[in-house]
Amino acid sequence: MNDFTFNIEDRGLQYLGATRIEGPLVVVERIRDVGYDETVEILGPDGRPRIGRVLDISETQAVVQVLEGTTGLSNQTLRIRFLGESFRLPVSRQMRGRVFDGLGRPADGGAPALSADRRDVNGLPINPFARRYPREFIQTGLSAIDGMNALVRGQKLPIFSGNGLPHDRVSAQIIRQARLLEEKVEFSIVFAAMGIKHDVAEFFIRNFRESGALSRAVMFFSLADAPSVERLLTPRVALTLAEHLAFDCGQHVLVLLTDMTNYCESLREVGTARGEIPGRKGYPGYLYSDLASLYERAGRIESSPGSITQIPILTMPADDISHPVPDLTGYITEGQIVLDRDLFQRGVYPPIAGLPSLSRLMKDGVGKGFTREDHPALASQLFAGYAYVKRVRALADVIGEEELSTLDKLYLKFGEALEHRFLSQGEFENRSIAATLDLGWDVLSLLPRDELHRVSDEMLKQHYLEKTAAIPAPPTGI
Amino acid sequence: MNSKKSFNPVVARINGPTVTSGGMAGAQMYEVVKVGELGLIGEVVRLIGDRATIQVYEDTTMLKPGAPIQRTGQPLSVWLGPGLVGNIYDGIQRPLPGIQAHSGAWIRRGEKMPALDLEKRWTFEPCVQPGETVVAGQAVGHVAETPLVKHHVMLPPDVSGKVNSIVGKGEYNLRETLAVIETAAGPREITMLQKWPVRVPRPIRERLRIVEPLITGQRIIDTFFPIGKGGAAAIPGGFGTGKTITQHQLAKWSDAEIIVFIGCGERGNEMTEVLREFPELKDPRTGRPLMERTILIANTSNMPVAAREVSIYTGITLAEYYRDMGKSVAVFADSTSRWAEALRELAARLEEMPAEEGFPATLPTRLAQFYERGGAVTTLAGERGSVSIVGAVSPPGGDFSEPVTQHTRRFIRCFWALDTTLANARHYPSINWLQSYSEYVEDVGAWWEKQSPDWSEMRTEALTLLQREDRLQQIVKLVGPDALPDSQRLILFIAEIFKDGFLAQNAFDETDMYCPPERQVALLRIILTLYRRGRDLIQAGAPLARLRGLVCVPLLMRAKSSIGTAEKLAELEKRVGEELDVLAKEFLKKIEQPA
Repeated sequence: MNDFTFNIEDRGLQYLGATRIEGPLVVVERIRDVGYDETVEILGPDGRPRIGRVLDISETQAVVQVLEGTTGLSNQTLRIRFLGESFRLPVSRQMRGRVFDGLGRPADGGAPALSADRRDVNGLPINPFARRYPREFIQTGLSAIDGMNALVRGQKLPIFSGNGLPHDRVSAQIIRQARLLEEKVEFSIVFAAMGIKHDVAEFFIRNFRESGALSRAVMFFSLADAPSVERLLTPRVALTLAEHLAFDCGQHVLVLLTDMTNYCESLREVGTARGEIPGRKGYPGYLYSDLASLYERAGRIESSPGSITQIPILTMPADDISHPVPDLTGYITEGQIVLDRDLFQRGVYPPIAGLPSLSRLMKDGVGKGFTREDHPALASQLFAGYAYVKRVRALADVIGEEELSTLDKLYLKFGEALEHRFLSQGEFENRSIAATLDLGWDVLSLLPRDELHRVSDEMLKQHYLEKTAAIPAPPTGI
Repeated sequence: MNSKKSFNPVVARINGPTVTSGGMAGAQMYEVVKVGELGLIGEVVRLIGDRATIQVYEDTTMLKPGAPIQRTGQPLSVWLGPGLVGNIYDGIQRPLPGIQAHSGAWIRRGEKMPALDLEKRWTFEPCVQPGETVVAGQAVGHVAETPLVKHHVMLPPDVSGKVNSIVGKGEYNLRETLAVIETAAGPREITMLQKWPVRVPRPIRERLRIVEPLITGQRIIDTFFPIGKGGAAAIPGGFGTGKTITQHQLAKWSDAEIIVFIGCGERGNEMTEVLREFPELKDPRTGRPLMERTILIANTSNMPVAAREVSIYTGITLAEYYRDMGKSVAVFADSTSRWAEALRELAARLEEMPAEEGFPATLPTRLAQFYERGGAVTTLAGERGSVSIVGAVSPPGGDFSEPVTQHTRRFIRCFWALDTTLANARHYPSINWLQSYSEYVEDVGAWWEKQSPDWSEMRTEALTLLQREDRLQQIVKLVGPDALPDSQRLILFIAEIFKDGFLAQNAFDETDMYCPPERQVALLRIILTLYRRGRDLIQAGAPLARLRGLVCVPLLMRAKSSIGTAEKLAELEKRVGEELDVLAKEFLKKIEQPA
């Protein structure tokens, strides 16, 4: 075995047989002129070419990771061809409106993208000196985001969710409604699905179609039944196209990556198969660097008008925010939108948790000249008030609501109103930022004026509504 | 050794950033090599027989076994000379603006770029005469690097002797000979450019005791947990607790003469923010743009991991160079956890046996080596200089018991623990006043007592009050605040003023972002006055509601941002006193009369 033959028609050398197959890994010996991270094509008995890449290479052997699974491969008969380059994706503007598989091959029955421009899917790091700082406020029409955790163009803001929480509906709503205040430009959408179920994929396609976004969306599907290793390339393929659309074509691109937890699990799978020393919870020690190589591909650069805004979605195993996947993600991304099971069960939609959610770039994209002058102070006051509400609720659980002081009772009212009027809204309700801010003041006005330390006197004069008692509206439901 | 190069070292194995090569007999540990046709920069990290393991600072995609390796015979070194300040470098001192000009928005592989502009002409002013005896580290002249930085052109640490010749005042570039020194080993030519290996600490004459605080303008730090010039501090905190903002605040307002900010494995946009903000912000002491005293090292999380490992050393070497000029330098490393992770990642590739949580067993040694490069010293030339180090730590899940936080604690003396609960309530800086500590309090106490003789007592009294408040809050959680007597509720009330009006500091408020020592002391004194006199009043039977109702209370809460000068604060102090006098007249008399 292992005799190599020259095939003149094809790129690279073809080898017959492998020494070892272990999980997703194939070890080939007696190879020549093979590079690190080179793409390979493996032919099994079914004759279908499977894509793989070189993970470790020495003078005598190459370790190849098969992205499409090793089921049905035989180490005696498989044929393997090294393609002489790292994994590349042909990119073109015409890919909008199309559906591809997890490796960027057409999945909608259409022809492959015609383009001479083939990009290395690993991308290159953006020079921090060449970045433009993201500042333009994106109105998502969701009060919980716009009012308290504003998103700006070029930001990476993940949604931390749990199984059974409506992260799909929330992200679909964001995509439907996201726009800039002044411009009428519509976002191009790049959607990468990793290990999600068919019905979820179906939900997004239906949603894009109904809202008319389908023609400006590109979808990459590596669904739950696709080989898990393939998922390692899916976000890279998607981001490579996004970079082309944003920085070469000058478009504003919204990238949705779902579900990052599945991606990380594939990474763990490959790490384990290679016998690597595991880090926390068995995830490889380089999980941080690997995730960063994806998330850091968001942003803006000086030399192009385009932008990449990333919304990765991840489900926290057992709702644990300190699990390595949300934890390391939170260290890289510019904030996080956390969905809260408790709010969801009390009928609040979108169930965006007030306190743990954060947008780090908000401070530079809101306020005077961006949204409204009172926006930062209002958000800060809402946060401070809500934090107090949490304390009062804990106290009320112990001593009973009746025993609370008058002020604390007012805070409880404020908390109810914040959750059921400010945070809550319909799935198809698109609130303008002005409406969100006014609603914020309306809710804040439930509290006595003296309690509002974080807003200035002028703002109070202008926006505070004098009212002695206000009855919180009943839960709106979903 | 040159003859050995004819073995033609070649690449034997590639595993991510780790490359093994053969034919490397005679290579030295940490020697720099150039790998492959692109000449990717790497460092020798292990030698077995004639095989060497090389850590490559760039992406190794499509590198093949058999590719040539070129040895340099030199350890990884940085260039030292005028032009460093105001610049931004990657982890191996390649200037990012130069890379952008050369290849656009992306950093391509094999990029080569001189760290300093060799052609630029600087106005050199000599300060020694021919015939004069000079020692290592002594300046032979000066260059105005920026309006804020007087750059000493120093003799390298291994040169001392007699000045043979020296040029006159004039414009010279980095390569021109400025002086010739007659040393024991023969004449040596001195230029503005020196090189120094990054992994070797620059020599000093002796270490000194820390006596002066590094004033940061951040109240909770300066007043409660001060760091001395030459000290080492750690800021640990989970994500979203504001590590980076706190680091930025310190880098902006610290009263060091040179700031080295190392963005190590962190976000690209954060470096962009610094680049955008620092040239616009003015140093409160000199009124000049902050960029004129700042050096940035940016090795963001998506840049190669091996270069992240070395970026820390690059930064600290630049800091030591300016310390040797007799300056106070502050180094901010954000984040040392990412650096430790880079160590872990590289150790795993070298198949080293892991210790705790996969980190190499050398982690504590490496951390100690880094933090020990800080300190207050007498330089070789006999001047006082200092390097203060502030390292951010990003513990996974915000759990401080993990190895990096734990080992860091052993080598620092100032611990600013960031707290998720405070951050969630948007109380910034979210430094927890119960968990944090500073061992420099004693060292810098004398300095503070020059500002205000009762500084130590005030500080202790305030901290005690905050501690008592924490215990009372435990009770409040069970029974509610109304069940407490007024004397205890006073503590809750004053603690509230402390938290909102003193400890919380708004980084985006013009007045509040930087609070000079005299305003810190004044604010502290006013709050404590309210506390002390309030205590007496309550003892005399005054209800807490009356104290709460004083007109000056909301003013005091907002004083940090609404009152910008010490004089105005004195007015407020007077007003607080007067309002308390009114209460005193009413209540304290009641006691006296029956007596």
